[in-house]
Amino acid sequence: MNITRVLSPIGLGLLLGVVAFIVFGPLLNLALWAFAEQWFYPNRLPTGWGFSFWERVFRPRAGAWTSLFNTVLVAFSAVILSMALAIPAGYALARQALPARNVIMLLFLLPQAFPNLPIFVNIAAIFYQWGLNGTLIGVVLVHSLPGLVYAVWIATAAFSTVDRSLEEAARNLGASPLRTFIGITMPQALPGLLAASIFVFLDSIDEFTGTFFVGAPEITTLPLLMFNASMGGNYQVAAITALILLIPSVGFMLVIERFLKADVLSRVGR
Amino acid sequence: MSTEALTLNDVTIDLRQKRILENIHLDVAPGSFTCLLGPSGCGKTTLLRAIAGFTPLSRGDIRLGRRSITHLPPEKRQTAMVFQSYALWPHMSVGENLGYPLKLRGVPREERVRKVAAMLERMELGGFESRTVTQLSGGQRQRIALGRALIIDPPLLLLDEPLSNLDAAIRRSLRSELRRLQKSLGITTIMVTHDQEEALQMADQIVLMRGGHIVQVAPPQTLYHQPADLAAARFLGVDNTVTRQTSDPAMASAATTFGFRTRDALINAPQHPAMLTRKGRVTECVYTGDGYQVSLSTERAELCATSATPIAPGTFAVVQVPQSALIPFGPDDRHLPPLDRQEDIA
Repeated sequence: MNITRVLSPIGLGLLLGVVAFIVFGPLLNLALWAFAEQWFYPNRLPTGWGFSFWERVFRPRAGAWTSLFNTVLVAFSAVILSMALAIPAGYALARQALPARNVIMLLFLLPQAFPNLPIFVNIAAIFYQWGLNGTLIGVVLVHSLPGLVYAVWIATAAFSTVDRSLEEAARNLGASPLRTFIGITMPQALPGLLAASIFVFLDSIDEFTGTFFVGAPEITTLPLLMFNASMGGNYQVAAITALILLIPSVGFMLVIERFLKADVLSRVGR
Repeated sequence: MSTEALTLNDVTIDLRQKRILENIHLDVAPGSFTCLLGPSGCGKTTLLRAIAGFTPLSRGDIRLGRRSITHLPPEKRQTAMVFQSYALWPHMSVGENLGYPLKLRGVPREERVRKVAAMLERMELGGFESRTVTQLSGGQRQRIALGRALIIDPPLLLLDEPLSNLDAAIRRSLRSELRRLQKSLGITTIMVTHDQEEALQMADQIVLMRGGHIVQVAPPQTLYHQPADLAAARFLGVDNTVTRQTSDPAMASAATTFGFRTRDALINAPQHPAMLTRKGRVTECVYTGDGYQVSLSTERAELCATSATPIAPGTFAVVQVPQSALIPFGPDDRHLPPLDRQEDIA
């Protein structure tokens, strides 16, 4: 007992260190690669530092800007599309009797139960017939598919926590069903809906497989650019792309966090 | 909008193939205070929700004044309801909560602000406009919920156990406050409660319900002294029943059973021929504050009575009940003489 008591702070510290290394080690390596001009095998650290690869990446013809624009555009479109479907679906499911709801929710999860690759290959085959391959719409659709599952699940959870008597009170005092939904139900479910949006957005930002089969080569997103760079052994370009990829994710999360905080505070009260 | 009468005719409700309410007839006079009283599961809340439009009828008709509201959606009925949980909207301030029904009616902003302030003043919560709902105490929330319902000047006010979430002291003061407010506004009010004391204190008319039926409709005094049947009597605190014996007072000759309340039964009082008398062995004696509650085991039944002095368990005692406190019941457990339910609607 005593030994464990003495060792436990040290053990805990060590454990935290290992976890930190596992989490941040690759990120650190990434940061090193982003600013390395020369880094060959026996050297532990890069032998030349600089920004010349940044210049190469951001050259107008290198495609980084287009990819970034595509990535963000596709992510926002996927959020809008998924939420447009998930909000009514989630509300309907939340107001269902439980057994029926569970069956439908499980059905929704079913696509996720299969391996991604065959699903995307088949989607690509279908989209090819419809002429959606290589179009932004096709990529948005393929990004919305996994996002929709999360979105519907989270939205259902968010709507089912809304106290029904709040809606009834609004109806009772003269609000139409639509007015009640917009004025009472939606604001109550907002934190959950925002959380669902984050999921879809982040899922879309680093979606690779679907984009690869449906979008490439016409549509390039940052993950595709990164893949090409890594496969070509150009770790600098890959690392820089990865860092750029962080910008929309972090930005979106900061914005959402502001909303979430204000809302949660007003709800929990002081 | 002026207050209006409410008429329920043959209201029947089924939920999931189960009959919740059957054949409910009820007349509520304009400006009166009616309590729907009954044990949980008797259908009283369902009836209130049906009036508000949240539960569809299988059969029957609901009329507010002259117009039928049976097929109107809740938002068209103008029946303001106060929910048991108050259902205040947590994402709105107190002022926004009160103003929302006015906003829905297209009342201009300045008038809204003025009306909200006046209502808060009336509820003795002046200046609370910008508070958040979560900052309020239970009693304050209850008053805001009431104010939100009253602000649309409804013809009918529905209260679903509005006091049951409050602690006893606030509940008692709010009872009389609510009753005063209702009287001063003269608004037709229907309140659901399972608390017989609350119903007796507040109502002009009590609707006693059981198992989806109306058992009795009567003013509080009548209900208290002449419950329609034995089960109703038990719900209203008649905790003793005795089978009639030949030596008992010669009232209500067809009665086979008498019911009486513990507080009316006296221990070892001077013998009197006009009283119902039973002898028994004391099994328990409990102090209740005003005196002692004595449990006795008699030949036929367990009885409870009150005594000013403690009585040792195991001793024998005489219970006497004055004739005026006896409630006679016939062989079918119904009150004698039979009460005509419709006649009691005052």
